[in-house]
Amino acid sequence: MKSSGWQVIAGILVNSIYAMKNYPVMMVNTVLSPLSFLTVITFVSRGQLIGEAIEGGFIMSMFQAGMSLQGDLSHYKNDFKLQDMVVSTPSSPVAYVTGMAIGEIIYVLPALAVLVVLAAIYLNPGVVGAFELLAVLLLMFLASVSLGFTLSTFSSDIVQSFAFSRLISTLFSTLPPVYYPVTYIPLPFRYLAYLSPTTYAAEIAQSTTGLVQLSSETLVTAWVVLGAVSLALLLISIKKARWREI
Amino acid sequence: MAGGLFCDSLTKVYSGSKGKKALDSVSLALPSTGVFSLIGMNGAGKTTLVRILATQLQPTTGRASINGLDVMKDAKKLRDRIACVPQEARTAPFMTPKQTVLSYLLWRGIGYGEAKSKAVEALAKVGLESQVDVLNRRLSGGTKRKVLVATVLSSDADIIFLDEPTTGLDPISRRDLWKLLANLARDRFLILTTHYLEEAEHLANTIGVLHSGKLIALGTLEQLRATVRYQYSLMLSAAQDVPTVRDGEVTVGAAGQTQVLTNEDEAREISKSLLEKGTKFSMSRISLDDIFFHLVHGEDEEVHSQ
Repeated sequence: MKSSGWQVIAGILVNSIYAMKNYPVMMVNTVLSPLSFLTVITFVSRGQLIGEAIEGGFIMSMFQAGMSLQGDLSHYKNDFKLQDMVVSTPSSPVAYVTGMAIGEIIYVLPALAVLVVLAAIYLNPGVVGAFELLAVLLLMFLASVSLGFTLSTFSSDIVQSFAFSRLISTLFSTLPPVYYPVTYIPLPFRYLAYLSPTTYAAEIAQSTTGLVQLSSETLVTAWVVLGAVSLALLLISIKKARWREI
Repeated sequence: MAGGLFCDSLTKVYSGSKGKKALDSVSLALPSTGVFSLIGMNGAGKTTLVRILATQLQPTTGRASINGLDVMKDAKKLRDRIACVPQEARTAPFMTPKQTVLSYLLWRGIGYGEAKSKAVEALAKVGLESQVDVLNRRLSGGTKRKVLVATVLSSDADIIFLDEPTTGLDPISRRDLWKLLANLARDRFLILTTHYLEEAEHLANTIGVLHSGKLIALGTLEQLRATVRYQYSLMLSAAQDVPTVRDGEVTVGAAGQTQVLTNEDEAREISKSLLEKGTKFSMSRISLDDIFFHLVHGEDEEVHSQ
């Protein structure tokens, strides 16, 4: 394996495997958060919105995984000075972030496993639909990881960083119509929902599995917005994230 | 100088500092062997200099290189050869010493199998063979520091940065760590910052004194001693008669203890008369503490007179 492969593995081990191995209870929270929303929405809608809620669970899991990266990287950087230690090694920032980001996905694997089973039962998206869902989730994850890494490199205080992480998670995965169709929001406020990329992600997911009917223009717009936001955040992280401080 | 540490007018101004220079035109050249210790008060610029040399921070102006590799232009190549334990670095509590060292080696690009055996070997070298699988949170402060030293020890880096590695340790743990650092410096270049002047005196081949971002002295302990006029120190406890000193400086501390700095002949004369009177005192060559006080005090006086 190339040295960059081992550098990625280091991030995975530190950010998930070692913590999960030594403190298994840490996994419980990542499972509970998306599934608890799913349960509430399903009960309140008397089962009518279970499909949307499952897709919402996927989107929330991936977005929160990316945003958790911000808190975790900030914690490693400010409390353990790990980032400084790694900067003074041959490791690249890409290898460092990739390993840490995969670590975040490993954390949410139990939640994703439950959601995959529920999706197979209640959504049955088919092969093309499953790939479309996967693409949406990966774009969502890329956007949140890029945002999380950039913010973490600017942070100097872990309390502030965790507060930011929770705030952004709430703004983008709890408040917007991720667990239900955007049409449930009264019109003047619906425009606000479209400020969040997760709204577009939920629309694509719901359209892919036939839960909502979107015009082809709306669907293309949703893909373009989601792709553009992810690309923009990725470019910002490449340009603005501070690996070596200035 | 190709095989050495070289800084040319290195200056750092942090954004938001209203132009205050954390490092102010630091220039130095020294061979990259043994231990180079940076001493100075809080905020003197020690960590800023180390972070620039360890490629973690960009200088505002000036340049620096180690063994011919520029810290900015050749950072990638330099990172193959350096290892750093930053100031206030801590071990992750949810990891074991073996996992800590192993993951660090993976980040250095070493394969898993080799990294695992090197981690165990390095931990054994710092005397932690029986604690490799104990959670870091269960280890004492001194042992955690040893784990961090083991990370850089395990690497193949030949230039090691340690920023205040012994701060907060009890005297015995500190001396244990000194032994490790002295061993580490046998075949590597160690750049060490410390608040403990005794530590620099004990370990360093070359000492740099930073004050308000400026390098005010650089040399071996003997060379720094030579910058001070009086080479001998007599210490008298409180409530003792202060002897008459013809050529020297007398300082009375807050607790009433008296220090006399003077030349060798007068130090002998004074000690003879103190012995005759039965006065308790101690006499020694001036320490790095005395030199540091002299240099910093002199620098402050010069600034005030300007």
